Amino acid sequence: MPVNDGDIVKDFLVESHENLDRLDRDLIELEKNPEDSDALAGVFRTIHTIKGTCGFLAFDKLEKVAHVGENLLTRLRDGHLKLNPEITTALLGMVDAVRQMLGSIESVGKEGERDDTALIATLTRLQQVPEGRPQLAHPTSAEPEAEAAALPTSIGEILMDRAGVSQASILRAVEKQKEGDPRHLGEILVEQKTANPSDVVDALRIQQSLRTQKGVVDSTIRVDVGLLDKVMNLVGELVLARNQVLRFGHGMKDASFQAASQQLNLITTELQEGVMKTRMQPIGNIWGQFPRTVRDVALSCGKQVVIEMVGKETELDKTIIEAIKDPLTHLVRNSVDHGIELPEDRGKAGKDPTGRLTLRAFHEGGQVHIEISDDGAGLNCEKILQKAVHKSLVSAEQAARLTEREVINLIFLPGFSTAERVTNVSGRGVGMDVVRTNIEKIGGTVDVQSKVGAGTSVHMRIPLTLAIIPALIVRGGKDRYAIPQVSLLELVRLEGEQARTRIELVHGAPVHRLRGRLLPLVYLGRELRPEKEERSRAAVDSVINIVVLQADQHQFGLVVDEIKDTEEIVVKPLGKQLKGVSAFAGATIMGDGRVALILDALGLAQRANIINEKQHRAVAQERVRAAEDPAGNRQTLLLFQVGKDGRMAIPLSLVARLEVFAQSAVENAGQRQVVQYRGQIMPLIRISAAAEMPPGAATGRTGPTTAALPPLQVVVYAGQGHSVGLVVERILDIVEEDVVIERVAERAGILGSAVVQQRVTDLLDVEGVVRAAHPSFFTKAAAG
Amino acid sequence: MAQGKQFCTFFLEGHFFGVPVQEVQEVIRYQEMTEVPLAPEIVRGLINLRGQIVMAIDLRRRLGMAERPPAQVPMNIVVRTADGALSLLVDQIGEVIEVEEDSFEQPPENLRGMAREAIHGVHKLPNRLLLVLDTERAVSVPDPIGAAEERKL
Repeated sequence: MPVNDGDIVKDFLVESHENLDRLDRDLIELEKNPEDSDALAGVFRTIHTIKGTCGFLAFDKLEKVAHVGENLLTRLRDGHLKLNPEITTALLGMVDAVRQMLGSIESVGKEGERDDTALIATLTRLQQVPEGRPQLAHPTSAEPEAEAAALPTSIGEILMDRAGVSQASILRAVEKQKEGDPRHLGEILVEQKTANPSDVVDALRIQQSLRTQKGVVDSTIRVDVGLLDKVMNLVGELVLARNQVLRFGHGMKDASFQAASQQLNLITTELQEGVMKTRMQPIGNIWGQFPRTVRDVALSCGKQVVIEMVGKETELDKTIIEAIKDPLTHLVRNSVDHGIELPEDRGKAGKDPTGRLTLRAFHEGGQVHIEISDDGAGLNCEKILQKAVHKSLVSAEQAARLTEREVINLIFLPGFSTAERVTNVSGRGVGMDVVRTNIEKIGGTVDVQSKVGAGTSVHMRIPLTLAIIPALIVRGGKDRYAIPQVSLLELVRLEGEQARTRIELVHGAPVHRLRGRLLPLVYLGRELRPEKEERSRAAVDSVINIVVLQADQHQFGLVVDEIKDTEEIVVKPLGKQLKGVSAFAGATIMGDGRVALILDALGLAQRANIINEKQHRAVAQERVRAAEDPAGNRQTLLLFQVGKDGRMAIPLSLVARLEVFAQSAVENAGQRQVVQYRGQIMPLIRISAAAEMPPGAATGRTGPTTAALPPLQVVVYAGQGHSVGLVVERILDIVEEDVVIERVAERAGILGSAVVQQRVTDLLDVEGVVRAAHPSFFTKAAAG
Repeated sequence: MAQGKQFCTFFLEGHFFGVPVQEVQEVIRYQEMTEVPLAPEIVRGLINLRGQIVMAIDLRRRLGMAERPPAQVPMNIVVRTADGALSLLVDQIGEVIEVEEDSFEQPPENLRGMAREAIHGVHKLPNRLLLVLDTERAVSVPDPIGAAEERKL
């Protein structure tokens, strides 16, 4: 009869679950090092504890299973048996049985109707010492079973256990201490020649480690997550109150008030950090189960795999840890199941028959990076293509034109994998779309790299916390909105003439040609407030701001009234009354205390019917467009005007930044014109002069005063640590086109000409121009 | 004497309403709020209540009454609900009064429309009627906007 004392049972369950997780790890560890008596003792202790508590709480079945397991472990510990995979499997089976029963106790309060006779029989059978098998050389059987549970912590007991010092001699030494001998027990024993100095040192070390173990247990407590959340919210409010006090403080002259508010400021910041830390957990918490997963999967498909984990201590917010658990498990299983080859195949390929799976986690750039890499066969591009073509995800014609990278990315397409494929196709793709969706849901990214024969590596980037995210603040109408940085691709600004001509209509649907591709446009104001549509349509803006967003596989441009700044925002969920409004992902409080809504790129795209057709079809189209660029021939070019009507282009890859300088910022250093730029002196080169073309209004130096001239448009070209500013008349556009140089120019500074956007455009010889103007630039850069 | 019950009272279009005091967190003046486009019309906006984002529900709209004249500034009654704090926008705040249990009566049969589901019952006071609001119901959206959005897609 189960005891119905809820609290005791609950404590028992929590404790046992933790113990079972440790058991999994310890058993795997033990399988690798069967001689590791510490690990064995650990396993034994855990089972013993579970068994003891079960007996106390009258969970008979559970106790019976734990009991046979314990017996088997006793034989192992005493050296009568040696651990082999069969025993490990049986013991893991026992752990699973115990776990299931605990689960059932948790949900229905009973152990459930399991039949464990087969398991018990196996465990009992394995206890028999096989005939002719020699016993282990050094049995550590001195401790009786009952004592193993409560480990000794006095130095005398440890010496008795480990070094075989007789109880009598220890008692004698203790007597001496009582008589007033100031020395330590160990020293007395050594002097009496009843113990070796090295044994005493070992015993002291063991004692130390036992004490620290205990210390860790004593120094942690369990806290309800709900309570932590509440504390976190309160700290959030405190931060706001602090901000108000500080604002007040600026107007006050009172020194003691200033000091107090400074103090409040510091304490609040520290408190905030502290509370944030309480929610952080090491990723090792979820990695802990992977050795077991890897072992089980490897065993079931006849592979040999070792798992390596680097950066277990890397910390993440609790909610994120939970969110990435399943995707990670999936990837690990995939790696073992499909990535790593069978031992014989590995042998043939000249590899170690044992495959290696490496998990790596580290912090970088405010994000957590997680890598799962194997040294398996790598992804087979041909097979992926066959599959994709077979599934009509891409046409055979498109398939031929995809780059290797694009092919690998096909495994993320929904519909790429189905259940039947899991078994009959080697190569990954089992639910990879689910992995990607889940990771992207929490604002992360997934990337796969693979080399045939050398292995596959999945790289994830995950935000540290969901609570605080970087976001771009935009204005639509009179309201401000926050756009999470993760869905942001780029910003496009159309001014004056462009604003009128560069937005075209396809049967009424507004689009913008972005580097040769049609980008569907969504007007934020019209989308959110359809009732005001007429008014906003009537006002023809002279400036159009397009925020290019990524939603799922789609890109679209969101037209906003104004682009403000980027800010770190604290995400707050919306109430249930607003759950149906998919355009918003939450709300946040801005610096001025007003509430701003956070836009959800996916929701907006759905509202605006950007995502409405069958997804794979759209994706396939996307692929076609991508495939239409045969790699290498297409280039992204920056187009600009030089002089009065010269059109020139340079590859965008050579451009570090585009800047605008007031004419007054230009200074003269000797013969050269320079500007101060980012703490350096940047020489300026006037392209019109360098290319021997008539200067235009902005670049000419004919005006009476520099103040009257329009500001300089400068293309910053950077070589290692040094920059040169190329002064142009006007930046025209960025285009992606095939570059075919049609004639070799005879003019200085020109590589040749090409037709870009149906107009003849000169390609600037940047290096030549820079070298001509500043012969030392390249040597300086190379030296620096 | 029967056990008394305390109500925080307020006025809407001249009607006398009450919510149980234990459900009320605080009463605050009108706050500037951020409108939520596409939201159900009962949601007037979001208020920053000391770092907490609180949704303001317009009770006039919820109960199907006429719009509040623009010159009249509403008050906020912040109530605790199962989903956290919410603010009820009302015309004017009354006193906290104590009523007797036995003056309570179910809403009359002829009470119809949107008010029907949001009004828990009526306390008959000597000189007027106190309409008792069912807070949980009153803050729920009558027609989920989700359905409306589905139709649009």
